[in-house]
Amino acid sequence: MAKIPVQFRLNGTDRAAFVNAPETLLNTLRRSLGDFAPKYGCGQGACGVCTVLIDGEPHLSCLTLSIACEGRQVETASGMADGPDLHPLQAQFMEHFAAQCGFCTPGMLTSARALLDKNPNPTRDEVIEAISGNICRCTGYEPIVTAILAAAGSPGLRRA
Amino acid sequence: MLELRKDLFADERDDNLNVVGKGIQRQDMPGHVTGLTRYFDDHAFDGMLHLKVVRSPHASARIRSIDVSAAARAPGVKRVLRAADVPVNKNTLLSLINFGKDDEPSLAVDKVHYKGEPVVAIIAETEAQALAARKLVRIDYEPMPAVFDVEEALKPGAPVVNETYPANYFEYHERFDHQKLRFGDVERALAGADMVLEHRYQMSPIEHAPTETNGSIAAPEQNGRFVVHSCAQGLFFALGTAAKIVAVESNRLHFIGGTVGGGFGGKVDSLTEPLAVLGAMVTGRPVRFVLDREEEMLYGSPRGAERIYIKDGLMRDGRIVARQIRSYFDAGAYTRLSSYAAIKCTAHLPGPYWIPNVSSDVHVAYTNRCPSTAMRGFGITAVDFALEVQMDRLAEAAAMDPMEFRLLNAYRDGDMKPHRRKASNTALIECVQVAAEKANWPISEQGKRQSSLAGGGAGERSQIPATVLDARGQIGRPDTRNAGPTQTLPAGTSRIAPSKQPVMEGARDGRAAPTQVPRYEAPPATVAPPTYAAQPAYPPPPPPYQAPPPYQPVAGQQPPPYQPPPAPPSPAPAPATQTQHGAVRFSSVFGRRR
Repeated sequence: MAKIPVQFRLNGTDRAAFVNAPETLLNTLRRSLGDFAPKYGCGQGACGVCTVLIDGEPHLSCLTLSIACEGRQVETASGMADGPDLHPLQAQFMEHFAAQCGFCTPGMLTSARALLDKNPNPTRDEVIEAISGNICRCTGYEPIVTAILAAAGSPGLRRA
Repeated sequence: MLELRKDLFADERDDNLNVVGKGIQRQDMPGHVTGLTRYFDDHAFDGMLHLKVVRSPHASARIRSIDVSAAARAPGVKRVLRAADVPVNKNTLLSLINFGKDDEPSLAVDKVHYKGEPVVAIIAETEAQALAARKLVRIDYEPMPAVFDVEEALKPGAPVVNETYPANYFEYHERFDHQKLRFGDVERALAGADMVLEHRYQMSPIEHAPTETNGSIAAPEQNGRFVVHSCAQGLFFALGTAAKIVAVESNRLHFIGGTVGGGFGGKVDSLTEPLAVLGAMVTGRPVRFVLDREEEMLYGSPRGAERIYIKDGLMRDGRIVARQIRSYFDAGAYTRLSSYAAIKCTAHLPGPYWIPNVSSDVHVAYTNRCPSTAMRGFGITAVDFALEVQMDRLAEAAAMDPMEFRLLNAYRDGDMKPHRRKASNTALIECVQVAAEKANWPISEQGKRQSSLAGGGAGERSQIPATVLDARGQIGRPDTRNAGPTQTLPAGTSRIAPSKQPVMEGARDGRAAPTQVPRYEAPPATVAPPTYAAQPAYPPPPPPYQAPPPYQPVAGQQPPPYQPPPAPPSPAPAPATQTQHGAVRFSSVFGRRR
């Protein structure tokens, strides 16, 4: 099977890969580009641990074809921190103990970031709605919701 | 929210602590929020191969033949593994602490015992190629009768689930088909009670459903070692299990893990590590064996189902005078950790209540269901559900408030437990008081004044009563299934001398005697079943792996073979050859019984 070249911006850097036509973005990110922040949980779009942003919108990378990402902006949890400075969401997740095993955390952060980028002052219900596609099996939803609400109040949330 | 009730038991606590009660940042948190935490699958290897297993579609079947020729020729397939390729294809997890007999193959030999049991493993260049080749394996099954109910499984004549335990129960101390607890005279107390309530409780199997499925990656390292990135909750447990099954010294395996993407007990079974290591050995390349979501949900071992019968003797004033429990733990087809669950269950009985007469029989039964394993309080969670529902029913029968009823029957410091240990650091009364306060549940002034520190150990509460013993459930003695009392231990007896007599007397219920079950040996090549189709020539495996010396069963892993009992000896036969039973390591409660 001939490989297809694909180029997109990953966390602000131009990246390219040769992919098979049916290859998922999750596979390309993890196996070709070495970004292990998005996880494989179900491969069926049920758990949300593979959530990434494509042009600012949350997408399930296990159900997204890599070739559909040509020329687009892909962002993962790996790109949230600015060097050593954590994104306010990351800082608040730490502060509020909003991770146990940590496996759902990159997807949670990504879904929360998509919400706050559009709606800097969400209500509690809007936060719950925004992360409703992300399963946390350690059942730590309360601290996660609290952390996202706390981050919404943070100065510096809307960094360029 | 966390609330420290420092007003309770204030004099029992040292508040000069550095960490407890203070908020401390977890050391793994920065990795979690930056996506830098590396789980087992977050490792890249050049030339990594993918392993997938073919699973049994039957709950119970004989394997007539296995034909892997088409699968072995399929595109990308590097190697097909069958039972005979696994150096030590029979293991039980707790054999690492010398508890129980090896009963579970990594790949089924001539029979399958549950739906989803791995039979053949395929190693291919890509996951898609391994999945495609999986469809080409032809296995001819002859379905056999299956049993899915714990009590049905224990009836004479039930289909044998697991040949290692042919009567479908785990054998405790080579003596009994269950875990026993005896304290006082339950039958007499039940006869003298104002009311007797008996109810049956059940709990289904529960899948852990971690967001990260079970898996591991094994890769050749320098000096003939193998690095294994594993999801295991017990990393050294997985290392020991893999070393045993692939028959290498454990220092040749380098396990890396500790970052578990949700475990809850479902990642202690070493479901993938042994075959991944074996795959890396026979191919000389990194091998990744990961369960997909469907496999995880269907065949990742669940919390075991339980059935619990509780029969209580109750007085009109609300005192419980007797509690008799019969419980069945569904191990599924193989033991894994279920033998330990029954020990935990027995140690937990009769719940946090002082009851002067207690007896319990907790059985581990094999059925043709997916083997069950650890999960968050396994062995205890279900029995607590049963006990607390029963407590509510008893309270109703005694026309008492359920909170007051628990205060009345709660353990207090100094009470004698049925395990012949004094209760200490009890706190049920305080928990009930605080819970009632939080829930605005009215309790009496008298109830509010109760304390775990007062009233415990008064009079008979601190005594070990005369205890009626029975020989019920002796292994190989079906006539003892419902046997009556055999003797009464005098009051105050805290220990009984271990019996030097072997109790297994072979088959009396028409089944093979447990002691005659042979240890697993690789089937001789001349014996017909299972017949494999001729294998195509494999490409010669790469050289770095040096074949280890053939596996020798380690002396002491198994109790010595059964010897017919000598005529009743006046001096006890030398116990020196008896293997120290691993149960002593689990529970001090049972530690002195042998």
